Amino acid sequence: MDRAIKDVMFEPLVNNNPITLQILGICSALAVTTQLSTALTMSLALTLVTAFSSMAISAIRTHIPSSIRIIVQMTIIASLVIVVDQFLKAFAFEISKQLSVFVGLIITNCIVLGRAEAFAMKNPPWPSFLDGIGNGLGYSLILILVGIIRELFGSGKLLGVTVFEQVSEGGWYIPNGMLLLPPSAFFIIGLLIWGIRVWKPRQLEKPEYQIHQVHRTEVM
Amino acid sequence: MPEQNGNKTPETPEKNRNWLAETLAMDNESRRKTLFVALVLCLVCSIIVASAAVLLRPIQNANQALDRKRNILEVAGLMEPGRSVDELFKKIETRIVDLASGTYTDAVDPNTYDARKAAKDPALSDPIPQSEDIASIKTRADYMPVYLVKDGDVVKTVILPVSGYGLWSTLYGFLALDSDGNTVQGLKFYEHAETPGLGGEVDNPRWRNLWPGKKIYDAEQKPLIEVVKGSVDPQSTNAEYKVDGLAGATLTSRGVTNMLRFWLGEQGYAPYLARLREGSL
Repeated sequence: MDRAIKDVMFEPLVNNNPITLQILGICSALAVTTQLSTALTMSLALTLVTAFSSMAISAIRTHIPSSIRIIVQMTIIASLVIVVDQFLKAFAFEISKQLSVFVGLIITNCIVLGRAEAFAMKNPPWPSFLDGIGNGLGYSLILILVGIIRELFGSGKLLGVTVFEQVSEGGWYIPNGMLLLPPSAFFIIGLLIWGIRVWKPRQLEKPEYQIHQVHRTEVM
Repeated sequence: MPEQNGNKTPETPEKNRNWLAETLAMDNESRRKTLFVALVLCLVCSIIVASAAVLLRPIQNANQALDRKRNILEVAGLMEPGRSVDELFKKIETRIVDLASGTYTDAVDPNTYDARKAAKDPALSDPIPQSEDIASIKTRADYMPVYLVKDGDVVKTVILPVSGYGLWSTLYGFLALDSDGNTVQGLKFYEHAETPGLGGEVDNPRWRNLWPGKKIYDAEQKPLIEVVKGSVDPQSTNAEYKVDGLAGATLTSRGVTNMLRFWLGEQGYAPYLARLREGSL
């Protein structure tokens, strides 16, 4: 793999992560991460949708009239999401019941449309496909991390298998119920962003606005 | 005639190809190109979506049927981990009840009858008068399936499908009763779209564990069962008819009360349960 292609695929994992740097797709990251299994399924679904929609949009990019550009992109994304949803209902029924509305909401996930607009409209199909995979993986990485933390400390389990035995089942672990509620994902993602920016100071944003220091002489 | 045809046929595809090439070569912003792209895109997408839906429907329906069976087994307390649902379901006998008379009927095949579809078919259902429609379901199928767990010839448990409106959605579930047609063995919902964490707590095992042992009917055979606001004081009168409400989900709790009172009332299974108690079935 040459360097450019590699960058397209692996930059979004940490250096240009859609959740922690671009702060996109937060809604679903809060909603589906109470259990690792739903986080994994959601990651897979979003990665597939992003990759294939980017590829399809890129393939017809020279023919898309700019006046209906967003609608064309949304139609392609929505069709793919419905197909993924149908597949989940057929082959992963239990998980599709838990994910319920959130699979459908991939349509409105900013990451998918963001990649279509920012990358697929300007690049050939193969790099666009890899860009979709890369961004999907970046999203997945954060979702899986948050999912592991929330399921392990919220209910003492991982993928439904007991790791810490709960007090209610005769064990020693008092689960932290807050981790099962959506706000906890905000804290975890916030801490992750902090951690990544300490590790990679390049991601620090310059303050957009600074209070102008008025010097005494200026008042005159 | 054949000669004429022979002359004409090669011309048409070429003309089409020209038209297509011409359209594709046009400026993207032109009206014709915009309409063309929109139309072709919609066609292609609709074909993909439609074929996925149609091709996968049989598998989805099988999943749903399996899920219903699993819920019936769970509400009856027969679910054993590690054993196949279909095998366990052999212990359960499905019968069709004519709700109006409360007797069993063979008018429809229990294996293929779909009560939810029938409730929408005017020929197979009755509209519920608005004053009596406490569960807000508008129509009720004439025939409903009931699921019996038997020990030899004696009915031990009877499982009744119930449905009714909560806050956002219609809840579908099963109520398991003892053979006295009065004592609850369990209540479980298999489909709803209530708020997760609030109304969605109808799925919470801790709440579901409050149901077994509760009573439905008073001495006059009126359904008294109720989900109350807050928790039930075990010393209060009629405590055996009351179940703790769901915190923050008053409307869903009320929906559950209304649904049970409707389905266990005269419009629902009351005539059938009366016969079951008398043993005149």
